[in-house]
Amino acid sequence: MILIALMVLGAGLATAFALKSFNDNLMYFFSTTDVVEGKAPKHALFRLGGMIIKGSVERPGDGLMVRFKLTDFSKDVTVEYTGILPDLFREGQGIVAHGRLNQQGVFIAEEVLAKHDENYMPPEVKASLKQQAVSVEDKK
Amino acid sequence: MLLIPDSVVRFFHRMASPPHFYAFTERLMPWLTVIFLLLTAAGLYGGLYLAPPDYQQGDSYRIIYIHVPSAWMSLFIYVVMAIAGAIGLIWRIKLAEIVAISSAPVGAGFTFIALVTGSLWGKPMWGAWWVWDARLTSELILLFLYLGVIGLYGAIDDKRVASKAVAILALVGVVNIPIIHYSVEWWNTLHQGPTVTKMDKPSIHVSMLIPLLLMALSFKLYYLIAMLQRARTELLMRERNSQWVRTMVLENEQ
Amino acid sequence: MTVQEFFAMGGYAFYVWTAYGVALIVLIANIIIPVVQRKQFLRRQASKQKR
Repeated sequence: MILIALMVLGAGLATAFALKSFNDNLMYFFSTTDVVEGKAPKHALFRLGGMIIKGSVERPGDGLMVRFKLTDFSKDVTVEYTGILPDLFREGQGIVAHGRLNQQGVFIAEEVLAKHDENYMPPEVKASLKQQAVSVEDKK
Repeated sequence: MLLIPDSVVRFFHRMASPPHFYAFTERLMPWLTVIFLLLTAAGLYGGLYLAPPDYQQGDSYRIIYIHVPSAWMSLFIYVVMAIAGAIGLIWRIKLAEIVAISSAPVGAGFTFIALVTGSLWGKPMWGAWWVWDARLTSELILLFLYLGVIGLYGAIDDKRVASKAVAILALVGVVNIPIIHYSVEWWNTLHQGPTVTKMDKPSIHVSMLIPLLLMALSFKLYYLIAMLQRARTELLMRERNSQWVRTMVLENEQ
Repeated sequence: MTVQEFFAMGGYAFYVWTAYGVALIVLIANIIIPVVQRKQFLRRQASKQKR
């Protein structure tokens, strides 16, 4: 019975420690505001999350290099990335980039992951929603 | 006791008697199986064929029809297991102990499915098989909790003692359940926020929602079937020296 | 929609069908294992009780 009590205690402690260490780096990414306000690490790798500003995606070189601006609708950060982009990478999409800031405050990404939202609908419905949004705009 | 009708008390008393439980679940099984198969067929037909592709994710989103119901079941079964374990701990009801331990492998199975299908969904959409965000990590801890329960139960020979130990472990692990559910709201995660289980109306088109709910029901039925199959085996093994099992063994031989 | 189109899953065939396949295997195993265990147990007990 003592043995069992110890085992349960051990398992409980292990869970507690797992949750504790897990609590220390629960924030999967920093926001663009964190970066602009200097809350993000200066010289270390970290993750940056935000939405790609429409019309900001450009390919300055002739290679795979992409440059775009991320926003959290408050502050913007410029990101540069060379490599293969996920299927969901598009303007207006939320993404999480892993990398570090350079001297000029540009985020040099080593990895780009797309973050999709919780909305699921057929393409026609999306199109008609856009249509409605446009006609509402027109009426204003 | 005064408030509960006598017939209800007698029903529960009879259900908790092992031979009656064994015979009753045997009769119940074909019905559960038929309902399960009908729900699954309807859910898969709706999800894989009738439902349109998603405006953003195309056909890859169809993984939702097993991923999300499995993830829901992984939480649901854990809570059932912890409650059954607590009932066994407090009132010493053998059948509750058996329901608790029989739920563990089914729950572990669903947790595993949720993790693997999530990975297969994450690769094409996010661009990564796995990320250590709060939702994925807490679900992985859930898998370890299930495996811990199964391992602890197997390691102790006296099954009544083993049941007490796993009940305590299961109850300690309950803290993880709200963490998993709210992880996507409390912390920045790559995983999306809730689609269906949020306060305002679900942000999924009705043609995609109906198959999802059918699959969720189908998996509930599956849990009942798989858990009862385990429970029946576990019951026979525990009661191997009782008269009803001995009689049944002989009858089975003929 | 043709049969080929259905199985192609808009180019995501590998991910979608692997996901469904893994789920199917795990779900079937979780039913078969206890049933087989029960049959084995009954056989073992029968030979024990005869002695």
